[in-house]
Amino acid sequence: MSFVRKTLGSVAALALSAGAALADPALIYDLGGKFDKSFNEAAFNGAQRWAEETGGEFRDIEIQSEAQREQALRRFAENGFNPVVTTGFSYSTIIANVAPDYPDTKFVTIDGYVDPEAHPNVLSILFSEHEGSFLVGMLAAMASESGTVGFVGGMDIPLIRKFACGYAQGVKAVNADATIISNMTGTTPAAWNDPVKGSELAKAQISQGADVIFAAAGGTGLGVLQTAADEGILSIGVDSNQNYLHPGSVLTSMLKRVDVAVYEAMSAGEELETGVQVLGLAEEGVGYALDENNAELIGDEMQAAVNEAQAKIIDGEITVHDYTSDDSCPALTF
Amino acid sequence: MDLATILQVLDSTVRLAIPLLLACLAGLFSERSGIIDIGLEGKMLIAAFFSAAVAFATGSVWLGMLAGIAASMVLSAIHGLASITFRGNQLISGVALNFLASGLTVMIAQVWFSEGGRTPSLMTGGRFSDIALPFAETLRPIPVLGPIYAELISGHSILVYVGFLMVPLTWWVLQRTRFGLRLRAVGEAPEAVDTAGVSVAGLRFAALAIAGLLCGLAGAYLATGLQAGFVREMTAGRGYIALAALIFAKWRPWYALGACLLFGFLQAIALRYQNIDLGAFTVPVQVMDALPYILTVVILAGFVGKAIPPRAGGQPYVKER
Repeated sequence: MSFVRKTLGSVAALALSAGAALADPALIYDLGGKFDKSFNEAAFNGAQRWAEETGGEFRDIEIQSEAQREQALRRFAENGFNPVVTTGFSYSTIIANVAPDYPDTKFVTIDGYVDPEAHPNVLSILFSEHEGSFLVGMLAAMASESGTVGFVGGMDIPLIRKFACGYAQGVKAVNADATIISNMTGTTPAAWNDPVKGSELAKAQISQGADVIFAAAGGTGLGVLQTAADEGILSIGVDSNQNYLHPGSVLTSMLKRVDVAVYEAMSAGEELETGVQVLGLAEEGVGYALDENNAELIGDEMQAAVNEAQAKIIDGEITVHDYTSDDSCPALTF
Repeated sequence: MDLATILQVLDSTVRLAIPLLLACLAGLFSERSGIIDIGLEGKMLIAAFFSAAVAFATGSVWLGMLAGIAASMVLSAIHGLASITFRGNQLISGVALNFLASGLTVMIAQVWFSEGGRTPSLMTGGRFSDIALPFAETLRPIPVLGPIYAELISGHSILVYVGFLMVPLTWWVLQRTRFGLRLRAVGEAPEAVDTAGVSVAGLRFAALAIAGLLCGLAGAYLATGLQAGFVREMTAGRGYIALAALIFAKWRPWYALGACLLFGFLQAIALRYQNIDLGAFTVPVQVMDALPYILTVVILAGFVGKAIPPRAGGQPYVKER
């Protein structure tokens, strides 16, 4: 089975090598796929904006299996694409393997971390998801009537726990007695694309009293949002603005400006500065979505409280604990 | 654990078990006729897509279901063509169909809807709504039995009841009809059936058509019953779990019901409780996810009775000259 997958995968990667131009940027998506209405789509939107504004061209590829990650990276590097932008934490180890072989190519890993000392041609872009999640956690606690809110994560990885932990802290900041039910969909990449399981998790949380559920789970999250809309409770989207999916039911979305990160990396082109970049509230790398679809759900009071907290986080008056810093969370046990 | 929680978990079990059950019965028909069907996953996936796409375009969930069944039967026909008519390797044909479905659904969805390999969300008419059985609300106050009837037995989509009905129907067809006898015979000793003057290929194609129908129902249930639209790879390996259930059930319909309910129950438990605290130690959620496969391996290893597949399974039938 897996051999067949790999063989077909390499055929697909070979097909991609045809007709490359010099020093165009390239974009490689994670397994969630280009149009996941979420993380990868945000990356695509950023690249698209870059292409429209500069008239430049970029190449992109959706991988189908784990084995294709390295193939796609090497293909793009060998064909002279620069910089090569990747989305998803899974690329970090592979980039660390590939980058030394192509010292003239700049690699960007969004959500991943590659040691900048050992690999001077890699830019790691990280987001302070815990800060954005803190804000939507506050909104969830203020919107909740039952005092119980839910969290549905995709694959159980430290990054998703970072979301959950920031969210839980935000909830507790508003209502210290609130109950937070946290579930992860699974431990394999299939957990990003299983809306049926997302629905079941949402139903289980609703039956335990949750009336606001935050889904940080890619395609699985669409099932959560759907069930929340069907059952008449509120949900919170992630990465891209998902408010429009079910107007009046999606309370807000935790924005992660992957589009901005991709746009800026592509704009910098070959001159890209490498190292490590952390985009937080101060850099507007994360935030919460407010538009005409959820304007009625978020009152002035809620908005004022969140904006105040946002200012305090930027000033350093409030520190949101980052799960990945010590693998523990003060507000939630996993 | 109180009654309400138990009922919620069992309710979830039913919803999770039905797609498995339909796919498992599909595999049962196919494999009892001697055609190994790895392509259950692909058939469900393509049915899920076409049912959602047509339900969206026409606003009718029934037309969507028919389209899903048709798409799934087309894949069945290709499988038959490759492995019966041209005597190709059944495993390879099945795997190829899975890839075909995986790529084709996303591609067509992208061309038709430009929403990145998914269909737009279906509105009320395009989805199977839950059916309230008669007297569900009047009987609810009765202790224990009332909630069981109102929560667990009532309030599912029609395909759930169809799925459960398929179990006795499958048993009856296989064990009590002439067609069923021949179908089982063609999976054990096709040469005998051929000698009796019955077409081996015809029977196997018929079995594959039934498998296509059942996978079509499973896919339609996923996309238009449980969800409101198609999402890429939304079957998430359920076709493979159905195959595991088929082996676990030793290719028998009633056992298949038990196996699918058990696997559904394990999933429901895993979704409800992240880690199960047994006092002395905690069972991590991953164990529950892996349990269907572990159980299947245990069965295959012969610890709990013997799982004997149909004798002619996997071999193309070649007429003696």
